[in-house]
Amino acid sequence: MDIQETIKQTVTSSPVVLFMKGSAQFPQCGFSARAVQIVKACGVDDFMTVDVLQNPEIRQGIKDFSNWPTIPQLYVKGEFIGGSDIMYEMFQSGELQELLKDIAQA
Amino acid sequence: MSDILQRMQERLSSSLQPEHLDIEDDSAAHAGHAGARSGGGHYNLTIVSPCFAGLSRVKRHQMVYEALGDLMKTGIHALAIKAFAPNEI
Repeated sequence: MDIQETIKQTVTSSPVVLFMKGSAQFPQCGFSARAVQIVKACGVDDFMTVDVLQNPEIRQGIKDFSNWPTIPQLYVKGEFIGGSDIMYEMFQSGELQELLKDIAQA
Repeated sequence: MSDILQRMQERLSSSLQPEHLDIEDDSAAHAGHAGARSGGGHYNLTIVSPCFAGLSRVKRHQMVYEALGDLMKTGIHALAIKAFAPNEI
């Protein structure tokens, strides 16, 4: 399957998907670590992460998919939300909590 | 001023006509970590431009990335962006 097709399926396979460096338990980059913390702070503990360091094709492919040159990248219900700066701004303003409230565990 | 910093300023100035542009070189704080090995720097960018009016955050950042072009792949390892329209500050 084409890598773009694979990515398209991946971003819709779970309500919250985070493309990052490393895993949620062991992030390999400060920005990815911050992204994980922000999602958790919104009450979402169970979300999918994709470690781009495990697959060079996905690492490049996700950048082409969203026209976004950096990792991490957050997708909610298949839609690209932003990188770690945007996640932080949206968290501070409360927008991200609002966006994730249906998904957050009670 | 480093060469990269100067090229970032030139490209952003010509593409986005910012009213305010501030780039802070934060590379020293990250020296030695894995991502810094390739030599790319860490920068904090604050930019105020009328071009951003009415646009989403994602779109604004994409405009910044587009203006920087290949610098994102070569000279810049990480870039924190704060992008505002003039009426937002």
